[in-house]
Amino acid sequence: MTQEEIRNRVLECLGKVAPEADLATLSPAVPFRDQLDIDSMDFLNFVIGLDEALHVAVPEADYGALTTLDDCVAYLTRQSERSGGSPAPERQ
Amino acid sequence: MSRQLEEFRMPLLGADMEAGTLVEWLKAPGDRLARGDIIAEVETDKGAIEIEVFTAGTLSKILVEPGKKVPVGTPLALIEREAATEPALVQPLLQPPAPAVAPAPALPAAAGGRQRVSPLARRMAADLGVNLATVKGTGLEGAVTREDVEVAARAKGRPAEISAKGEDRAAGMRRAIAAAMSRSKRDIPHYYLSTMIDVARTRDWLADQNRGRAPANRLLPAVLQIKAVALALREFPDFNAWWVGDAAVRKDSIHVGVAISLRGGGLVAPAVHDTAELSPDQLMRALRDLVSRVRGGGLRSSELADSTITVSNLGDRGVDALFGVIYPPQVALLGFGRITERPWVVGGQVLARPMVTASLSADHRASDGHRGSLFLARVERLLQEPERL
Repeated sequence: MTQEEIRNRVLECLGKVAPEADLATLSPAVPFRDQLDIDSMDFLNFVIGLDEALHVAVPEADYGALTTLDDCVAYLTRQSERSGGSPAPERQ
Repeated sequence: MSRQLEEFRMPLLGADMEAGTLVEWLKAPGDRLARGDIIAEVETDKGAIEIEVFTAGTLSKILVEPGKKVPVGTPLALIEREAATEPALVQPLLQPPAPAVAPAPALPAAAGGRQRVSPLARRMAADLGVNLATVKGTGLEGAVTREDVEVAARAKGRPAEISAKGEDRAAGMRRAIAAAMSRSKRDIPHYYLSTMIDVARTRDWLADQNRGRAPANRLLPAVLQIKAVALALREFPDFNAWWVGDAAVRKDSIHVGVAISLRGGGLVAPAVHDTAELSPDQLMRALRDLVSRVRGGGLRSSELADSTITVSNLGDRGVDALFGVIYPPQVALLGFGRITERPWVVGGQVLARPMVTASLSADHRASDGHRGSLFLARVERLLQEPERL
């Protein structure tokens, strides 16, 4: 999956948890929480959405890598490359 | 078996509700009704609410047609009930029944497999002439959102009317909140207490629990806070009560109302039924379900009417502490601020510890500060033993 594809998936997931947001104006290097009205439940739903869309179960310890859109894309790209495009890290 | 007719009335869904608009009947005359069935959908200032029926019988006659706004207590329909069943509920706020079924264990489809539609989206669709059956939902669990309706409305060439509808709904929500909070501040002599809680054990326990779990199965700190409050209420029932007339009436069941903000402004605090009985995993699923339905549609009447106390958490918004306004007829509200690292003395040493400020707003007619202090201290102790929650 290309970075552009990952970026689009991330934006789709964000759009589901913050449907009122105009994601076209989202600054990619600014933290989501400074731009979107999202709480802990929204963020967890975002992580769940990433898991479903990209098969990447982001561990809690890595939540700090999902602060901005750019950070998200970089992190998810790394995870995707490590697992040959279909990563499925830790799961219960 | 003998049968008798009973009036099914517009329920009171909160201290601030005076009237509601019958949006849709979900049962037809002749349909069999079981306790807990959703019989109709009613639009209030807090959105569209699914109304449950609390008697078994048969829907005999519909008295109010969809689209009509009627005062609380107005007969909406006649139900032919079996004489052996308990009387139907007339005013849920005053005498709430136990829910017929436990809260759904996971995010369910809307009742009866109906399309999940946010209250605002439903109202906008009606106002803008958008057929919801033609709208594809893009929200959580496929819910149709305001934005989906706006897209459909624009496609029909009606963009000018769109923004005004959202403003109407926000104004209605503000009026409802204003009425309830004004009544609270006018009638309830609040007192406030707070304490700082070291949540290192809670944090570590949660991290351990969540490690290795798929995201959909992870727990949030708020779950443990809500559970701790619910368990503490077993020992402090004076805070699990409603002020009725001139006395506090203790409630047999513990239904913690959780304050949930709405996108675009406003909030509701629906009940998690029998909160103290739920495991953290069950409570987390119930919470996710509630948040989803508050924002996506499908909130039920008993959830709005049954709360026996409210828990509000504004930690995500960055505040250290909050001192809430009690939602009448409840007599207490617990507030939690953000969890943040602070210097804290442990065993004679200053250490960086994750701390949260818990606050209690309580009705001085129903309890005193001494009891409030003990209650808050019990919540703190429970949070030191997360494995027992």
